[in-house]
Amino acid sequence: MVLLLQYTILFACILTLVALGGCFSERSGVINLGLEGIMVMGAMGGALMMRFLPGGTAPGVIVAATILAALLVGMVYSALLAVAAIHFKADQTLIGTAMNMLGTAVATVIVKSINTIQNPDDHSSIVQYIEEKKAFIVNIGGFEFSWFMLITILVLIASYVVLYKTRFGLRLRACGEHPQAADSVGINVYRMRWAGVLISGLLGGLGGIVYITAGVSEWKFEYGVAGFGFLSLAVMIFGKWKPQNIAMAAILFGFFRALSNVYFGFEFLVKLNIPSGVYNMLPYLVSLLVLAFTSKHSNAPKAEGIPYDKGAR
Amino acid sequence: MKKLLKNDALQSFLISLVCIVIGLFIGYLVLLAIEPDGALSSILAVVKNFFGYSRANIRMKHLGTTLAKAAPLLMCSLSILFSYKVGLFNIGAAGQYVMGSCACLYAALAWGWGWLPCLLFAAVAGAVFGMVTGALKANLNVNEVISGIMLNWIGLYFTNMLLANVKDVASAYTYTLKARGKGAILPTLGIDKLFSGNQYVGIAIPLSVFFAVLVWVVLNRTKFGYELKATGFNKHAAKYCGMAEKRNIIISLAISGALAGLGGAFLYQTDIEQWQVTASSVPGMGFNGIAAAFLGGLNPFGAILASFFIQHITEGGSHVDLTIYCSQISELISSIIIYLCGFVSFFKYVMNRSLAKAENKKAIEEKGGAN
Repeated sequence: MVLLLQYTILFACILTLVALGGCFSERSGVINLGLEGIMVMGAMGGALMMRFLPGGTAPGVIVAATILAALLVGMVYSALLAVAAIHFKADQTLIGTAMNMLGTAVATVIVKSINTIQNPDDHSSIVQYIEEKKAFIVNIGGFEFSWFMLITILVLIASYVVLYKTRFGLRLRACGEHPQAADSVGINVYRMRWAGVLISGLLGGLGGIVYITAGVSEWKFEYGVAGFGFLSLAVMIFGKWKPQNIAMAAILFGFFRALSNVYFGFEFLVKLNIPSGVYNMLPYLVSLLVLAFTSKHSNAPKAEGIPYDKGAR
Repeated sequence: MKKLLKNDALQSFLISLVCIVIGLFIGYLVLLAIEPDGALSSILAVVKNFFGYSRANIRMKHLGTTLAKAAPLLMCSLSILFSYKVGLFNIGAAGQYVMGSCACLYAALAWGWGWLPCLLFAAVAGAVFGMVTGALKANLNVNEVISGIMLNWIGLYFTNMLLANVKDVASAYTYTLKARGKGAILPTLGIDKLFSGNQYVGIAIPLSVFFAVLVWVVLNRTKFGYELKATGFNKHAAKYCGMAEKRNIIISLAISGALAGLGGAFLYQTDIEQWQVTASSVPGMGFNGIAAAFLGGLNPFGAILASFFIQHITEGGSHVDLTIYCSQISELISSIIIYLCGFVSFFKYVMNRSLAKAENKKAIEEKGGAN
């Protein structure tokens, strides 16, 4: 039971972080379908940082450096989307898809090369971080509290404040609803959209490192992140592009995802004798159902996905 | 010359070439960064693929393998471009492809069906998956990209569960068709003889080209295709003109799904590969189809060339010096090519503008000369 709770919270944290990232991007008017790739890149940045930190580094430094690496790599990678979508009016769906494929390919190539250079017989794309991972976890009576949980709560509060209580947030939202109107009062739409996309890169990268440290101590980068970027988008849609609702939606989705990790710990579930494939399917099935019931009256920002053209009427 | 450059098809072709060259160049830079020695020969090995073999019959055999895998890729890219013409981004093609594979393999191995019923069953399975996405989009306004991705994973786990019944206990792979479902292997029609007896080369290749032509005809020469495209351009205008826009969305995704489903059958019914029931990621064929569709300028004939090219460099990836580099370099190159395809409209704009500028200049000069 404790395990289920722990995983539910952990997966909810990942979904919240990434969905908030998507939220910032879409609120500024750019659809970010490349979150999956951004997560992989951020995860790679964090994992490599953990691997190359000298042994015996203070836990606090490990946590800070790893998070910083994930944030930075995610942000830099998201610039690919910003350039294409904001300045070249590219099809955002296509660019996002390309970024997802590119993220996994780049991460695999980089990790494999590093492994091969260090040991010519090692052609795997695996990074291990057994020792370093311990820095993130505090054991409270069987419940493994992860610092990421606290960070997620802080990010959640900060997102709410930034979006609704600051001038920046108001301007960002204006650019997603009616960029022409925003421009007419002197807001630089391009700059706001850059900000939106880069923030989504930061949060996506952070979500990535949380994902690969949840429950495992090594990661094979060929696997990518199993659709988590898209699950987060489903969370965002279900959460109506609002931080507080996103957190609620993330807990629901996180629960179903956690179930596939720990269902064998529950006697009555094991007795039902449902194949594990069904549990693996659950989060995707649930999100499909939830989307079917909530998409009819869309609360999406009005101008999302439409490149801003100064000359357009 | 200038008139020629204004030709839309030629422009698309040139731009695709530019994308390929830049993609390969970036791939080369990545190899250089990993290890300068051997980078050039490795990137050339990717481009050469089977041309790298010295003996002609071995070359033909490997050309055959590339073609055999290009056929399913072509089906996936047709699936993507068909729905894209209707304004829908069918990223669910990957899952529809999986369902097609699942249907034909299960029918062949569990029920012993012949090759034609298996093919049709695969098409139906793909179409059903496509229809789910279409119905969700048309009636409930669910974003087709997100529902497509969800269905990809649902399809993958479903396939893993179902096909676990038609495999040896000790193995992670399904039985070969050769051992348990001979009737389902696609006929070769003697084409295999041309490729040094490569038994995987068969009817799938001409069939996939036939479907490319068919897609072109439907989109460009029929009322049905016109209606679908009109729906894609402007759903509301199409509705106003009396077209059943909801029905069109569902039908186009069903067709798109059927094409991708056939793609799955075209691969697995040659028996070239078996399904791995422990697969934990959706096969890349459907996603590579996106690359092929856009690289081909969203034209069915372009897709034929592009599918061959993408499969060519994907196969070529295994020819890099694997002691230093890894085969994923070709995935990296093809994803960069897709990324660059996002800039096509910009490239076209630049081309047309510079053409117009040159013309303007010429007109002014001529005018000046007359004075």
